[in-house]
Amino acid sequence: MKTLEYEIAVIGGGAAGLTAAAQAAAAGKRTVVIERSRELGGVLLQCIHSGFGLHYFHEELTGPEYAARVQQKATEAGADFLLASTVMQILPGKKGPLLTVYSRQEGVVWLQAQAVILAMGCRERCRGNLGIPGDRVSGVYSAGTAQLLLNREGIVPGKRAVIVGSGDIGLIMARRLTWSGVKVACVLEIMPYPAGLSRNIAQCLEDFGIPLHLSTSITGIHGRNQVESVTFAPLVNGQPDLTQEERVTCDTVLFSVGLVPENELSRDCGIKLNPLTGGALVDEDLMTSLPGIFSCGNVLHVHDLVDFVSLEAERCADSAVRYCARERRPGSQIQIAPGANVRYVIPNQVTPGQPHHLLLRTSRPLAAAELQLRDTTGNRLFVKRLRHLRPAEMISLEIPHDCTAGAKGLVLELEELN
Amino acid sequence: MENIFDVAIVGGGIVGMATAYRLAHRDLSVALLEKESDVCQGVSKANSGIVHGGFHYSASTTLKGRLELRGNLAFDRLHAELGFPFQRCGILVVAFAEDQLPALEKLYRQGVENGVPGLELCDAERTRQLEPKLNSQVFGGLYAPGGGVVEPYRLVFALMSAAVQNGVRLYCGFQVAGATEQDGTWEIASLDGRSLRARYVINAAGLHADDVSRLFGAEEFEVVPRKGEEYLLDRLSPARPSKVVFPVPSAHTKGVLVIPTAGGTTMIGPTAEIVEDKHDNSTTAANRKRIFALARKMVSGISERDLVTSFSGSRPVIEGKEDFFLALSEKAPRFLQAAGIQSPGLTASPAIAEYLEQLLAKAGLAIKDKTTAFLPWQPTPALREISPAEADRLHDTDAPGWTDVVCRCEKVSEAEIRAAIRQGHDTLEGVKLATRAGMGRCQGGFCGLKIMRLIAEELGLSLEAVMRRESKGKANISVLGGSRQ
Repeated sequence: MKTLEYEIAVIGGGAAGLTAAAQAAAAGKRTVVIERSRELGGVLLQCIHSGFGLHYFHEELTGPEYAARVQQKATEAGADFLLASTVMQILPGKKGPLLTVYSRQEGVVWLQAQAVILAMGCRERCRGNLGIPGDRVSGVYSAGTAQLLLNREGIVPGKRAVIVGSGDIGLIMARRLTWSGVKVACVLEIMPYPAGLSRNIAQCLEDFGIPLHLSTSITGIHGRNQVESVTFAPLVNGQPDLTQEERVTCDTVLFSVGLVPENELSRDCGIKLNPLTGGALVDEDLMTSLPGIFSCGNVLHVHDLVDFVSLEAERCADSAVRYCARERRPGSQIQIAPGANVRYVIPNQVTPGQPHHLLLRTSRPLAAAELQLRDTTGNRLFVKRLRHLRPAEMISLEIPHDCTAGAKGLVLELEELN
Repeated sequence: MENIFDVAIVGGGIVGMATAYRLAHRDLSVALLEKESDVCQGVSKANSGIVHGGFHYSASTTLKGRLELRGNLAFDRLHAELGFPFQRCGILVVAFAEDQLPALEKLYRQGVENGVPGLELCDAERTRQLEPKLNSQVFGGLYAPGGGVVEPYRLVFALMSAAVQNGVRLYCGFQVAGATEQDGTWEIASLDGRSLRARYVINAAGLHADDVSRLFGAEEFEVVPRKGEEYLLDRLSPARPSKVVFPVPSAHTKGVLVIPTAGGTTMIGPTAEIVEDKHDNSTTAANRKRIFALARKMVSGISERDLVTSFSGSRPVIEGKEDFFLALSEKAPRFLQAAGIQSPGLTASPAIAEYLEQLLAKAGLAIKDKTTAFLPWQPTPALREISPAEADRLHDTDAPGWTDVVCRCEKVSEAEIRAAIRQGHDTLEGVKLATRAGMGRCQGGFCGLKIMRLIAEELGLSLEAVMRRESKGKANISVLGGSRQ
């Protein structure tokens, strides 16, 4: 068995991990990226459409181009890479987190780090996770799996598809399938509003005349060996109204029903998770409940744009670098919690009196709202008017340094304005 | 076709395979005929994986009661020989209402009469102490420490590998289409044109035992599928109990259980309803709600948030008969019935094999031990079960793929998957059952394509030719319904 030592170990070689590694290595830290696949880039490699990089690289890139850019940054900064390598466990070592890595090339590696950055990304919810009833048939895929097959293997999954859920990958795939000669019969969304970005609704569905059925639930998948049809019904009082059930014939069903941060490794090593995001609970430095272990990107919370993943990863790496240099924030941190109409807020703790960078999502579409940051006694410390808020789109917020001085706890709310 | 087998077993489920394994120790030539491309694709695949405690049926009035306990007691030896996942975690039948206590006492008395070791009738406090995950509304329990859980497919696959290694000939894709008897020999024809001869035939065809019986001119009966839905929860579910939790049974079913599976997950189910179609493997929204509600009444930590997947399978019930049908045919010569093997068939299977061997002897077959030594079966190690040091040793001495994790959710290495394919489990479903790759929380979303590539590489196939699983009476269908651009 081999042993390796690094100052910073980054788990995951996608957008978050590569950006974090580039940032940490550029700061002079001995940094390694541990990636379970045989290539770097993560899910970006199968996202061959454009629209990436407008905020971070100030130009429009495809997924593989974006991946190549961040990989190049990490390589040039001097980061090392362990490919085809999976972190099996994180143990509390004497000098910091000790990782057990199973590597195709190296065998079992014990990797001692001073700080760890979790950047494992997220996975798709699948049919089984939702307990969708009906027959067990071929032709049912997660949208991302279908994207992988089509974009990387050149395999068109069928001839006529139904897409369940209006997440961004599903919307992108509706357009991609149409371009590949597959008829997309419809997209079914259980919520009264789409789950994906507005621009994807316009560019991937409306431009191709693909119907989107809102407040509609799939009620079954039917067939003998291959999918033959799907049934669905509108929701009435939160339940599918079977008297209005419809059947649509198809040979393929794609599920785009949400993403889950891949935190099983984090759970195994005792990191506390946030039930609202599925990610770790983090402080202002994006440090988890275990000292020296940080989290960023889609494993912390599912992002809408990869650019924001990279920005968060830079911030996370900066914190890890400071941690290695034994720089600690002065004073103790206080809790910040989501209030009315706020689905979640990142981070979960802040240092009062400092400037704060907050990320949040609304829990429902709001045409106009007043964002209010209050302390535990109800005092408004900061307010801001916001328009066109959608659950699909993340809200980024800068709070000036003196707002929260002296606060014992914070609540963030969105008050709807008419 | 010069060779005449002593015994042909029809059906590669738990009953057929346990029998083949037992007969592989004897000086006999044995053929196992399986209609699918792999064994363990029917009733034995989709069941609860319980090694029952031996108290649900009377051993003096039912065959299944007698064979259940005998089978249960045989599992330690079988496990030592074959190394499949098996734990004697114990079974706890729990009364959640005061009026269920008499039924519990009746089960206890029946178990004691049957000779079940260690059976204990518990008060509410003792029951909760035995299983802290139970809801607080507990009135009493029946504890059977000898009950347990087993991974049914790994058991069947281990039996198969050991049997084949010791001379049993496995014929997959052999769907019996006809049989004729002449001069003490059966000639058995397959749908695909193959045929073979055997002196004795065992009908272990599960849901299709009625068809097979008819083809051999033996007893007429109907096998009706009694379907059960199961819901599988994540291995990190906080609801996982330490013991199999049963409700007090009703007249027709043992009820919905909470099962700490041998694979480390939690499973709830099954339902029990007669269906028309033997191929019906559907699940319904109504049953999902019902099962979760019933399971939550027993263990409150159960949540739909932890759902990984659901599936269903059917028990082969002989119409008008609740017991096993294990007998020499009275109509067809040297033809043995092993039909209607519903619950507790998996538990009883080692005893069923013994019983069938006795029937063979009764029918005139000489049962003698092999003169050569029985070759022990070495199961493939599972990465999630071995130490880092052992994984590193395998990486250095066997293959680099031992430390290449293909299935992240169940921690399955490339080397394990290649080994499974080489043992004949060469469909996506076969690899999944043999290794658990693709059985976890992402349901193959990440590893499916990687496994397909490994199958294609090992078999020299194109990706499109890789099969998902056995067919339903039609041609096998590939994983990918579509075509390459």
